[in-house]
Amino acid sequence: MAQPILQIRDFNVLFDTHDSEVHAVKNLSFDINESECVGIVGESGSGKSQLFLGALGLLTSNGRATGSVEYRGRELLNLSQNALNKVRGSKITMIFQDPLTSLTPHMTIGAQMMEALRTHQHVPYAEAQKRCLEILDLVRMSEARNRMGQYPHELSGGMRQRVMIAMATVCGPDLLIADEPTTALDVTVQAQILEIMRDLKKELKTAIVLISHDMGVIAGMADKVQVMRLGEVVESGSTEQVFYSPKHDYTKALLDAMPRIDRPIRAGHAILQPLSTIGAEKRLLDVEDLKVYFPIKTGGFLISKTKPLRAVDGVSFSLRQGETLGIVGESGCGKSTLARAVMKLIEKTDGAVVWAGRDLSDLHGPEVRALRNEFQIVFQDPLASLDPRMTIGESIAEPLVTLHPELSRAQVQDEVRAMMKRVGLEPGWINRYPHEFSGGQNQRVGIARAMIIKPKLIVCDEAVSALDVSIQSQIVDLILNLQSEFGMSMIFISHDLSIVRQVAHRVMVLYLGRIVELADRNSIYEDPRHPYTRALIAAVPVPDPKAERAKSHVTLASDLPSPLDSRAQLSFLKSKMINDPDAEQYRPKLIEVATGHYVAEHDPA
Amino acid sequence: MWPYAIRRVLGAIPTLLIIIALTFFMMHIAPGGPFDAQRHLPPEIEHNVRAAYNLDKPVWEQFWIYLERLAHGDLGPSYKNHDFTVTQLIAVGLPVSARLGLSAIILAIVLGITLGTVAALNQNRATDYGVMGLAMIGITIPTFVTAPVLALIFGIYGLHFFGYDFFLPAGGWNSGALANMILPVTVLALPQIAIISRLVRGSMVEVLRSNYVRTARAKGLPNHIVIFRHALRAALLPVVSYLGPAIAGLLTGSLIVETIFGIPGIGRYFVEGAINRDYTLVMGVVICYAAFVIVLNLLADILYALLDPRVRFA
Amino acid sequence: MSAPGVTQRNTETIERALDIEGRSLWTDARRRLVKNRAALTSIVLLSIIALVAVFAPFVWPYGYADIDYANIACAPSWWPGSDAPCYAGGYHIFGMDQNGRDLFVRVLYGARISLSVGVVATLVSLLIGVTYGAVAGFVGGRLDELMMRFVDVLYSLPFIFFVIILMVVFNQNFFLLFVAIGAVEWLTMARIVRGQTLSIKQKEFIEAARAAGVGPFANIRRHIIPNVLGPVVVYVTLTIPTVILSESFLSFLGLGIQEPLTSLGVLIAEGKDHMETAPWMLIFPAAFMALTLFCFNFIGDGLRDALDPKDR
Repeated sequence: MAQPILQIRDFNVLFDTHDSEVHAVKNLSFDINESECVGIVGESGSGKSQLFLGALGLLTSNGRATGSVEYRGRELLNLSQNALNKVRGSKITMIFQDPLTSLTPHMTIGAQMMEALRTHQHVPYAEAQKRCLEILDLVRMSEARNRMGQYPHELSGGMRQRVMIAMATVCGPDLLIADEPTTALDVTVQAQILEIMRDLKKELKTAIVLISHDMGVIAGMADKVQVMRLGEVVESGSTEQVFYSPKHDYTKALLDAMPRIDRPIRAGHAILQPLSTIGAEKRLLDVEDLKVYFPIKTGGFLISKTKPLRAVDGVSFSLRQGETLGIVGESGCGKSTLARAVMKLIEKTDGAVVWAGRDLSDLHGPEVRALRNEFQIVFQDPLASLDPRMTIGESIAEPLVTLHPELSRAQVQDEVRAMMKRVGLEPGWINRYPHEFSGGQNQRVGIARAMIIKPKLIVCDEAVSALDVSIQSQIVDLILNLQSEFGMSMIFISHDLSIVRQVAHRVMVLYLGRIVELADRNSIYEDPRHPYTRALIAAVPVPDPKAERAKSHVTLASDLPSPLDSRAQLSFLKSKMINDPDAEQYRPKLIEVATGHYVAEHDPA
Repeated sequence: MWPYAIRRVLGAIPTLLIIIALTFFMMHIAPGGPFDAQRHLPPEIEHNVRAAYNLDKPVWEQFWIYLERLAHGDLGPSYKNHDFTVTQLIAVGLPVSARLGLSAIILAIVLGITLGTVAALNQNRATDYGVMGLAMIGITIPTFVTAPVLALIFGIYGLHFFGYDFFLPAGGWNSGALANMILPVTVLALPQIAIISRLVRGSMVEVLRSNYVRTARAKGLPNHIVIFRHALRAALLPVVSYLGPAIAGLLTGSLIVETIFGIPGIGRYFVEGAINRDYTLVMGVVICYAAFVIVLNLLADILYALLDPRVRFA
Repeated sequence: MSAPGVTQRNTETIERALDIEGRSLWTDARRRLVKNRAALTSIVLLSIIALVAVFAPFVWPYGYADIDYANIACAPSWWPGSDAPCYAGGYHIFGMDQNGRDLFVRVLYGARISLSVGVVATLVSLLIGVTYGAVAGFVGGRLDELMMRFVDVLYSLPFIFFVIILMVVFNQNFFLLFVAIGAVEWLTMARIVRGQTLSIKQKEFIEAARAAGVGPFANIRRHIIPNVLGPVVVYVTLTIPTVILSESFLSFLGLGIQEPLTSLGVLIAEGKDHMETAPWMLIFPAAFMALTLFCFNFIGDGLRDALDPKDR
């Protein structure tokens, strides 16, 4: 075989911190060959990002890299900035995770793309502009010419990541390093971006390093895989080898922890109790035509004008005792707003919420607070949802102390310790503070706080989304076990359709504040009717290379439209749309296509 | 942008009115008047003088008369400097104060940004510590200490360098000669240089750590382009927001500097006017300063929006 | 997470007795502050200054108004150079002023007044600012808009002019000085507290507390105030030197503290007038002032870094 593009030998990355030296990457050696895609997979703290930042001299000032990194036989480490800049950005380019913060906010897209080209290839302005437009077309950027004059904040997340990719490919690199390129994006947008990268690889023959925590993304893209853990490569090999016959325990554990949209029931994990075994038919919660609008300022000359943002726009559903309703949808679809309005954490605009036969609309102040005894919530960010100045014991005890003031201090302490043990925390940690714990442990604290008063309904708002896969699966198991023990109902909100399949009896798909499909989990995953549901499900990557490659990539043509545009909700029913952003539009009705399977009206495909 | 500017100017009118009213009533409610010192005036003459200046009328009426005159651009006569109107006094003093203040703020911005950037680029190295130490001194030592001390060193003792004596005038204006400007401008600019360099250093350190600077470096851009095109503009935003307070700080400083160095600017008029109960002069100076602050704040806000495309004029 | 069985029960009983002590953010902050040498030195120095300023005048052989006509404007005995007209003996370690008073004891009195003005006026601004800011931030909406608009208007007033007018008008009333300076400084405090309250209000743990049934007032007391405390403490340590500066500034212009009482500003103003013949009269008060302000600023910076552990 010819000489590899990049040869890494005995590579180390070290960081000096106040207390000690952190060894982020330990003695790594591997090659990257022409036009191959190497997947690097690992959880947070595995050093997978620092590896390439170190190789390209992009570490923060307290970090340093040792060993050898050769680009086509040329040593890159310890090169002067000027010499390094001949390769960096021209032959080897990078794409970063968060496209909003990774683009310079005060420069237009065009200026940022062209400066890379003109620095490395000294082409005249008009030529540079032409090349940029071509490459923007290649990443399927609509209205490319206009986009060149726009600023990053004027584009959507998916568009920004396209710009990043265009910027990284415009100089014709040999090697493209993509560091979690789709992690900050919605699943349908992720599918589009991956599709674009696949095409680039095919057309331009660029080698790609794909760094990701998501085994599904890696499965569909990579030829070779390296699994990293705590700075070391624990396993490497062809994608097939690693996925189908993993040798290292950690790889096995990772693959086992990945939720799979194609397999709701997995051996060795907690299982959702079927509704029939719970036997509860009692309806606990009825939500009727719930609406939550937020006024948004839209400018005006002397007096500012407002326009309603329809975060939740007429949603109805019911929930039985012991049942779990999964709510899925992309960012901005109103799923969190819906749950908070049900819990009376924010005011609804219209509609009714009936809890155990009682309309909650008229409740105020103390009555609402008494209601907290019945429902609780678990938040997305475990650290942000705990008061940093309170011990975890105080945090867990808070609902109990507030709602049951009659309990003695000792009783509260006993309850807290019992609950801590139940959720897998050492009771001896009761006087510790949140910043001393990991994300997974803090999320256990959050769950303990929600469970301590044994509520009848728990809302999990993206409760596992911020966690690493292995932790995520432990927390999901914990939640399922708690449900079989205490029998509470749940509303489980997530953007991750795979997890929802594992935990929810019924699934509701939201699109811009409205239900597009609602059915039990098997119907919705095996027989999706609405084009949006289909696109969502198709977009979820599966950690199975053969299945991923065989998949026909159905992607939505565009990003989510602005929710302020009244036409947006009729994206799938264009035949009834009035072409005026402010007009009152037709509302798609929900149609029951099979027992309990509701689908919103849509144009036939 | 224009609707925004118009709205802001309209919004400033009530503020200006409040300032005028507050100053006016505070001055008039106080015991004593502008002619108290001249005890030798016979009662009837004093009465006539008071009538001539409308001081015998109720305060409300006086206020109304003042506003009416103001609407016609008339700031009234000075009570103490009998031969001049307030407008004339300000017309003489304002150019002096403005020249002093603008020189100081320009010096402060240029030096502050340079020093702050240099410190940030050498973060946690000797240069950084040196610049930040100096900035700490600039912030802590007040104008009324630096002014006399510098005057003592340069004006009275003189400095002996390489066989040359450096003497600077320790006071006086001499119609704005460079030698007379150096000390007052330095004294006025020092604290602002210190504050601006600390601001720039802080925001620059943060920006240099940002993802988009990392992207710029990953694109293989030369260092000076990364710093000047990508980092500096964002790092300057806090400086622009600080300009409003900075101008206010300069005004306070100029009261001291004009008094110590004997510079005939409007700051000195104010202090003298306040002590002498020269109502109209004090009012005139306050209105003048307030208008300045309002306009400069508006300019700073517009500059901010021009630097940061994410800010819309709302 | 842990092995069941006998050992578990044993460790549990031991733990129950010991209850592993957690490290709170304040504990961590204290550790970081003590590690900061500049801040620690400043704390020690400032404590010495304060103690000396409060207690030394009781044991010092000279009073602040005692006049020694024989030694008018004499240099301290250790003063170098031959240009000093006369040298004061005894314990006049800072020399004498233009009226033949001991400068050292006058500097101590000046520091005492400056410090007390600093502390009292800061407390005034703290009280008004925290209440105002917390209410505006927590209630939000219309009220917040109204309250902050009022602050904006006050902000655009050239306050130092009003203070000057006020001092002129009411004949340098000492009490008024506190009020006037406090009235200026609370504006920034209110803004800071409001901003912090707003950002904390949006944190998930506040929502979590609401979901736990915690009422609005308990929420402010239990979650918001403790979390706002950090920035407030930092701002307080930075406000004290600002207030000392304002007071000295007014005194320097002859509008603050009156004879025979004195403050550092007055002493510096007198020193300025005699700097050609008696430079020690300018140098000692100015150095004392600078030292005090240095200490406060270093402590403020140190506290900020300690409470906001972003690696700087």
